[in-house]
Amino acid sequence: MLYNLLIDPFTLGFMRRALAGCLALSLAAPPLGVFLTIRRMSLTADVLQHGILPGVAIGAIFGGLSIWWMGAGGLLAGLLVALLAGAISRATEGREDSGFAGVYLLALAAGVALATRQRGIDLAHLLFGSVLAVDNAALVLMASVASLALIGLALIWRGLVLESLDPLFLRAIGQGRAGVAFHAFFMLLVVLCVVGGFAALGTLMSVGLMMLPAIAARHWSARLSGQVAASVVIALASSTLGLLLSFHANLPAGPAILLVAGGVWLASVAFGPEESVRARIAIRSRD
Amino acid sequence: MSLVLHDVACRHRHKLVIAGVSATFGPGLSAIAGANGAGKTTLLRAIAGLHPLASGHIEGNENPALLGFLPQRTDIDRRFPLCCRDFAALGTWSRIGAFSAIPVVESDRIAAAFIRMGIADLANRPIARLSSGQFQRLMFARLIVQDTPIMLLDEPFTAVDAETEAVLIDQLLAWRDEGRVVVAVLHDHDMIRTFFPHTLLLGRGPAEFGASASVLAVEHRFPRSAA
Repeated sequence: MLYNLLIDPFTLGFMRRALAGCLALSLAAPPLGVFLTIRRMSLTADVLQHGILPGVAIGAIFGGLSIWWMGAGGLLAGLLVALLAGAISRATEGREDSGFAGVYLLALAAGVALATRQRGIDLAHLLFGSVLAVDNAALVLMASVASLALIGLALIWRGLVLESLDPLFLRAIGQGRAGVAFHAFFMLLVVLCVVGGFAALGTLMSVGLMMLPAIAARHWSARLSGQVAASVVIALASSTLGLLLSFHANLPAGPAILLVAGGVWLASVAFGPEESVRARIAIRSRD
Repeated sequence: MSLVLHDVACRHRHKLVIAGVSATFGPGLSAIAGANGAGKTTLLRAIAGLHPLASGHIEGNENPALLGFLPQRTDIDRRFPLCCRDFAALGTWSRIGAFSAIPVVESDRIAAAFIRMGIADLANRPIARLSSGQFQRLMFARLIVQDTPIMLLDEPFTAVDAETEAVLIDQLLAWRDEGRVVVAVLHDHDMIRTFFPHTLLLGRGPAEFGASASVLAVEHRFPRSAA
């Protein structure tokens, strides 16, 4: 019974590929999400995932339904939108939300319009993901992106911590330019991960595997390394359970995985040891 | 080693906030004083290379790796999930950069700085759980780790408890005895008279630089502070 529920689905080739790809992304994306939440850039992630959609659609128009064409289109569009979002943040001095809303609504509309013009694209699969879309090429893409992102993050870790915590200090010791480089490289890794996830999770859900485990992890540790570890564990579990949910309940993969991750987040807000409802009540009753 | 300001002027939001400031900060303790809005912080940031000069020039601040800068506390997000030791370790950046491991000599230096500041037991504590006095001691520990010959401090004693203030003053005196150039923006004239032999006084008139006793005595007779 339990075997049928938990193991049987993964005897199927497409489920195994989807699982391998999602587990790979679960190792790489949530740590980036932790940095995004610390830097208060959750909205930027939202803008990015909408921003890659028109690029993916244009890639499909030029190269057909090849994952590499769609991925390349998404990557270029993502980088453009990342630059645009940065420019909006600077121009509005942090009051960026309306500019961001404009960008992602426009990108979503353009992406959907372009995708429906292209025959052969299943819009629901493009937006919300499909385990069937994870062919060998998609699996290679997901695994390569995850490896690159992990290595890249390890390389810039110290610089990213300092640039996120105290950019003024970097400028004061004459390393302001290095700070800008760390930031730019970080955004590149984020775009890579969002693009990497779109085949399995869908363009609209791809950021979810990055952000939901990360914001849940905030409630499990007051340390950066602890939050990163917690976010990865939550993402690994959400991917596995989410794919099973997707299989048994016949749901698209993206929403299924995010439903599980979202559930973990709600539980973390309520019961986690840090800054949770439980912790607040404990403090109040102690006082 | 000294900092020499020649006829320095700075704008803040397009408005000239300081003009015609000349001073020489040699080894030892010097203060920058003046009313709110007189441009003290702007001038300190200009010396630190963080604010452009509208005119004039500054000698001695050319190499940013030799400058330690203590900003006002409000500039750092204290909710950042980092423990105190890792925070202080960032002070080694100028020597070890972004990629090398932290060598033993540097971890010893960090441990010594924590002992000096009386926060050795807080090394593993997240910075979010420090009192404001403890956090200021941690900021000083990072400066000690930086080990720069010039220290620029923006209101180092604001909102700290008396015990912390004593520890920090002790450190300033140690830096003085080691021959470092220490320039601090301060409000408390009694403290300046007690510990800081030289003062640069900014105000509505021309800036004055000289022995603290005489510069601040003038201020006493003709109050410059905005009512």
